[in-house]
Amino acid sequence: MTQAIATSHPSYSTPCSRARDAGRVPSFQDIILTLSDYWARQGCVILQPYDTEVGAGTLHPATTLRALGPKPWRAAYVQPSRRPKDGRYGENPNRLGHYYQYQVILKPNPPNLQELYLNSLYEIGIDPSLHDIRFVEDDWENPTVGAWGLGWEIWCDGMEVSQFTYFQQVGGLDCKPVSGELTYGLERLAMYVQGVENVYDLDFNGQGVSYGEVFLENERQQSAFNFEESDPAMLKRWFEDAERMCAHLRGKNLALPAFDWALKCSHLFNLLDARGVVSPTERQSFIARVRDQAKGCAILWAETQGAAAEGVN
Amino acid sequence: MPQFLLELFSEEIPARMQKKAAEDLKKLLMDALSKAGFLPAGIETFSAPRRLVAVVEGLPERTADVREERKGPRTDAPTQAIEGFLRGAGLSDISQARVVNDPKKGDFYVADLVKPGRATPDALAEIVPDIIRNFPWPKSMRWGEGSLRWVRPLHRILAVFDGQIVPFEVDGIAATNISEGHRFHGTGPFEVKDFDDYEAKLTAAHVVLDRDERKARIKADAITLCQARNLELIEDEGLLEEVCGLVDEPHVIMGDMDKAFLDLPPEVIRLTLRVNQKYFVVRDPATGGLAPHFIIVSNVKARDGGQKIAAGNARVLAARLNDARYFWDLDRKASLESRVPKLDTLVFHEKLGSVGDKVRRIAALAGEIAPLVGADVAIAQQAALLAKADLTTEMVGEFPELQGVMGRYYQLHEAVLRRATGEGDLAQQGGGGIAPSVGFADSSPASQGSTGLVANKIIADAIRDHYKPVGPSDQVPSEPVAMAVALADKLDTLTGFFAIGEKPTGSGDPFALRRAALGVIRIVRGANFCFSLNTLLRKPTARIDIALYNALTELKPALPKVEESRLSFLAQKAEDFQNFLNNPNNAGIDFKNSEYGKGLSSEEAGIVVSIWQTREAVVDFILERLRVALRDEGFAPDVLEAAFAIEDDDINRIVARVTALAGFLKTEDGTNLTAGIKRASNILAAEAKKGALPSELSLDPALCVLAEEQALQAALAEAQNALPDLVGQQDFDSAMRVLASLRAPVDAFFEAVLVNDPDPAKRLNRLALLTAFKHAASQVADFSKLAG
Repeated sequence: MTQAIATSHPSYSTPCSRARDAGRVPSFQDIILTLSDYWARQGCVILQPYDTEVGAGTLHPATTLRALGPKPWRAAYVQPSRRPKDGRYGENPNRLGHYYQYQVILKPNPPNLQELYLNSLYEIGIDPSLHDIRFVEDDWENPTVGAWGLGWEIWCDGMEVSQFTYFQQVGGLDCKPVSGELTYGLERLAMYVQGVENVYDLDFNGQGVSYGEVFLENERQQSAFNFEESDPAMLKRWFEDAERMCAHLRGKNLALPAFDWALKCSHLFNLLDARGVVSPTERQSFIARVRDQAKGCAILWAETQGAAAEGVN
Repeated sequence: MPQFLLELFSEEIPARMQKKAAEDLKKLLMDALSKAGFLPAGIETFSAPRRLVAVVEGLPERTADVREERKGPRTDAPTQAIEGFLRGAGLSDISQARVVNDPKKGDFYVADLVKPGRATPDALAEIVPDIIRNFPWPKSMRWGEGSLRWVRPLHRILAVFDGQIVPFEVDGIAATNISEGHRFHGTGPFEVKDFDDYEAKLTAAHVVLDRDERKARIKADAITLCQARNLELIEDEGLLEEVCGLVDEPHVIMGDMDKAFLDLPPEVIRLTLRVNQKYFVVRDPATGGLAPHFIIVSNVKARDGGQKIAAGNARVLAARLNDARYFWDLDRKASLESRVPKLDTLVFHEKLGSVGDKVRRIAALAGEIAPLVGADVAIAQQAALLAKADLTTEMVGEFPELQGVMGRYYQLHEAVLRRATGEGDLAQQGGGGIAPSVGFADSSPASQGSTGLVANKIIADAIRDHYKPVGPSDQVPSEPVAMAVALADKLDTLTGFFAIGEKPTGSGDPFALRRAALGVIRIVRGANFCFSLNTLLRKPTARIDIALYNALTELKPALPKVEESRLSFLAQKAEDFQNFLNNPNNAGIDFKNSEYGKGLSSEEAGIVVSIWQTREAVVDFILERLRVALRDEGFAPDVLEAAFAIEDDDINRIVARVTALAGFLKTEDGTNLTAGIKRASNILAAEAKKGALPSELSLDPALCVLAEEQALQAALAEAQNALPDLVGQQDFDSAMRVLASLRAPVDAFFEAVLVNDPDPAKRLNRLALLTAFKHAASQVADFSKLAG
């Protein structure tokens, strides 16, 4: 006999549940709105995307920097991730050079973070009595910002739908207290929920606009830029300028703008890498340079945070 | 006797760590309990995704009282001394002590102290927190605001002794008698009295505690599902171990995949299923190939019987296999040959150059080895150049474990293309990356029509097989070209890493050099061909010298740049250095001042010596691995000692020697002859002590006066005649028989002949006879090293 499965069946109405009540699958934005609504109820600050190109939602200062220092913090936001090398001119149904992550950080992590996370899936409409949800070991590491944590990838019927991490270090510094970080791959999750095989076929808004209408042309043009039209000499020059600016700002104890310029370094390197003009030895050296900048910002921010906690705030 | 039940309930423990954690918990509990004076009747431990569990049987309720007699001062001692005694023994009045009389000391006090045993829960309350705080997880973490480390957040500690909670807490987590079941099928927390109660409640809450039971269920259910559809499960112990750590209660489901994917190489499909998705692979017995199905082990028993789970997994798999197909199609657009130049941008090791450098060295060395193993030189060289080209493909980038396997497919595909397009010579197709020095002669089979296809198959197989053997159970390449490339690759790796000082240590072997050496040994033994390792490593065209020198300049940047031709000359000089060492007249002379090292600068002499030392070290390392391998096969250490004492660097000759010697020693002739040789050695040693013997004892048949002397002399002459050829032909069995034929004359000699004859000429002649006998035997082995 199958036992009743312990789930929250919210009487609470969400954009996803309303879509189902209306007899349609939740749209891409229904999922985003549902997640924001859910995490807002958990006390998160709902932020908007950071306005600088980043390769992963974790790099938003609301996560990378706020994970350091003693002050409690809860935030959630959508972040576009730019991965120039993954661009496929819109021809691959699963790979994108620009896609969305839904990012949640809870500091310190509440003891029931796993349950909170599962409830967010239930609110989207994933029924644990029909689906196989698993926590599969996956240790996270981002050497660029000297960060690592332990956690899992969350599998739903064999598909990775999220990343779940307990931050242990950022910038080589211990995270005290520990933050819990959740990253939802929004396109994948939506493809799963909608039963769609091609990302461009996703229903974006439930009113006739597809993901392809919003982003296909962008993928084509950005791929052409990433792989053909970008100017390596200019990118290298900009990299050096950004690196210098970052170092200068760190010298002035301005961790936040300095971090913006470290992010620019990182993105410029990603563009160079996509262009295929970085030799293996150069690659190592670029990565080391980005790491030094980003780590330096994290350390500086932790120091100034410490000061804030002591009453400057 | 009471029982102790412990459950450490946490968030999901990585599957690969669970089994070891249960073993560690058992050991730590056993150690700590014995240290505290307990002798538990048994400890059993269990691991499941969210819990580590131990049940300890047969603990007493408390530890036994310890009685102690404490001697005090004499009855007439000063008051202060008596008061001190009372304080120390914890007595309130001296009347509580006994008076004991000692004939020498007189009357003195004794206190009888009883140190009461401890209640077992008190001891457990100390032991368990200590184990939790110091648990040897491979990786552990903090969470929330705490400082405790565990593999993932620890939520609950169940600690029940004899039905009662053992009172303790660890970083704010207090021990309880509460547990809970399956994450999705469970019905909330429950209280536990003892292990039977616990196990029953867990089962009801959909947790199968025993991992062996979980494994057995997965296997049985998977086989049943397959049989129902006339399919066969491809069993996979490693995957079973992993999967049983991902589920509290296994539910096995069969999923379907599109038949069209079966066009992909089966290795790709299997790896995608196994590594990325953790599915079991299914075979169709009708075709012998993979079936378009797979086995999922789900953690939940779904309301719809698993239809949605199967469909969801099938979609994920289709996306994965579509990716693989994309790589497969893309990779086949460029030939392996056209990829060779890209290897120059791939670092093999920062001090040993690029993979491109490595394949050029391997190609040259494979060309040297080819004639020894019966391989075509040009084909072996071509196979070596192409052997690593698949490292630049997308598929190998995605699945590094498919290196070699994919190279073979891509090379075979080349042949198909050529046949389809009617193009002939492989070498002429965009082969710009191939070094001209090892180009393909038009006469080589590699470049000719139909034989070209055969050669292409050989090359393709060699690309796959040159990595072998990867582990002790892996096959050894047996096709000559594959052997040549495999040997060249391994010897190059060994030489390179030895040259830069990266030798394996007791604890670490990051470049898998032991495996490489063992690979060389297994290939050579499998093929039964003969060559001297030293000679091979000395081949000038092998160009290992160049790698060596480059490595050396990395270590010592001050060294001058040396032209390649000069370097080859220096590598040759390493042989002269050997000759220099062999010549006893050179004792005390510096190499560069000797006739061997004439004309070398001191830097160059240093290079020569380094090259020589590296070769020596590599050969010694391989031979030491051979000795270890033979010991593991059961050869006695003294037999190995005796055989290895004969200087030899031919692996198969050494093995033949060891085998023959071990066989010989099992015969009566063998043991007696060994005794005879030892007796001869002892006599020679004893006689040498009486006064130095001439350095060369010459044997004069005319001085052999006794019949036994003459018989031994004749037998020896015959043996000395036969032995060198037999040893040369590695016919050690016959050589042993020849030695055995000496046994009767030797025994008779010792029976009848007095070595110490009053006539000095006769004495010396008899000593010469014994020396000759010892020498004859030492052509086969050093019998003096044998025990007993």
